[in-house]
Amino acid sequence: MKFVTKSPWILHYDGTSCNGCDIEVLACLTPLYDVERFGIINTGNPKHADILLITGSVNEQNIPVVKQLYDQMAEPKVVVAIGICATSGGIFAECYNVVGGVDKVLPVDVYVPGCAARPESIIDGVVKALDILAQKQKYARKKTGKNRINQETAKI
Amino acid sequence: MGNRTIVPFGPQHPVLPEPIHLDLVLEDEKVVEAIPQIGYIHRGLEKLVEKKDFQQYTYVAERICGICSFMHGMGYCMTIESIMNVEIPERAKFLRTIWAELSRMHSHIMWLGLLADAFGFESLFMQSWKIRERILDIFEETTGGRVIFSVCDIGGVRKDISPETLQKIVGILQLVEKELKELTEVFLRDTSVKARTKGVGVLSKQAAFDLGAVGPMAKASGIELDMRTQGYAAYGQLKFKPITDTKGDSYARTKVRIKEIFQSIDLIQQCVTLIPEGEVKVKVTGNPSGEYFTQIEQPRGEVVYYAKGNGTKFLDRMRVRTPTFANVPALLETLKGCDLADVPILILTIDPCISCTER
Repeated sequence: MKFVTKSPWILHYDGTSCNGCDIEVLACLTPLYDVERFGIINTGNPKHADILLITGSVNEQNIPVVKQLYDQMAEPKVVVAIGICATSGGIFAECYNVVGGVDKVLPVDVYVPGCAARPESIIDGVVKALDILAQKQKYARKKTGKNRINQETAKI
Repeated sequence: MGNRTIVPFGPQHPVLPEPIHLDLVLEDEKVVEAIPQIGYIHRGLEKLVEKKDFQQYTYVAERICGICSFMHGMGYCMTIESIMNVEIPERAKFLRTIWAELSRMHSHIMWLGLLADAFGFESLFMQSWKIRERILDIFEETTGGRVIFSVCDIGGVRKDISPETLQKIVGILQLVEKELKELTEVFLRDTSVKARTKGVGVLSKQAAFDLGAVGPMAKASGIELDMRTQGYAAYGQLKFKPITDTKGDSYARTKVRIKEIFQSIDLIQQCVTLIPEGEVKVKVTGNPSGEYFTQIEQPRGEVVYYAKGNGTKFLDRMRVRTPTFANVPALLETLKGCDLADVPILILTIDPCISCTER
């Protein structure tokens, strides 16, 4: 299972972001920063993803969408809040339709500050998330028993 | 007549960087009707004028959208300056024009990449974004930010560009122009690209006019609608002609945007030769009282700002009509009768900016 922490697949969802952080997340994948060379892929399917990147805060309408995406992801999973809006609401915190940071609905593991967050700091946040992912994996194995996967395949 | 099925499209979809939801009514593989559902990015930004004063609101206006953030800041500042009868220095006007045209370039190049991604041409996507980084480097050097600059202020701009840096920008743009020629050749000549864009999503001139399309969407259908011809900022002193096409399909829209990128390079070069010396900001005192409409041309088309001041430092009302909002009816029209597989390309050819639209 080492490939999970070496080449995690990423799912990106735009909460109520202004696009600034979204294009910076995409910029991480393109030639100047190029994280794809490590096998990190931006996938559109939540079932394939290990890390959930959320830009922008949450509002009443997208809370069910965010929750659903998180529930569909397989364990172990990590949530990274990108940008100040995802962290606390930022400049829009006082808006009537903004509930607040992503941590109001999901357990956030890493917060990446900035408006807009720079690609360097986004990559740094994802690298930090990898440690947490490894820890979660270890914990999950302890809890369920190391050979659970083998036993299950034996049954089939 | 085949069976009717409803396919939900979005809000989270691999081709969409931003959430929009469409209910596509299909008859076999053909789209009969598309019903949009929005509100996923609504923040309630216009009501924020009650909590932030008119000078602080410049920064909120910039964050309406992260792609054309400079233009939103500029449009808001122009509205307030018109209400308060502030005449900004000539040099500031030219600097605003340079940054605005650079924004247009970066937005269009980004769009080319996203379009390539939508029809599955991954290497073209990567190449486009590689060129775009050069423009972002110029932004970073002149303003300090990559996507949000906070450089436009009521009464002018907050930073000056030295003559040496201006010459350097011209040098970088010449390099970008050379690279872009190679890149855009693929968009306009490659058979596989043409097969995906030519004849797809045709919008006639009459339909574009009736549905109120703006920007490249209208220009590709033959309507000469470009707010820059009104001569705001320094556009009155520059020589240019709005770019139009007659076909009205996805290929024509791509062509219009590509030509606009080269036009922007030309406009920036004109600005660098014409830019006068002097101050970049005037001091603004007092509070706005009165109301004003401003129209400016964004990468996506015409945007309208309306502000109403009541003599205190808090505005009464601030309203934005964004280009994507105006283009959604045209999008729904082009979606009728297209194949399900063409839906992502058609959504992208209006260059949707949902965070502008929903604010």
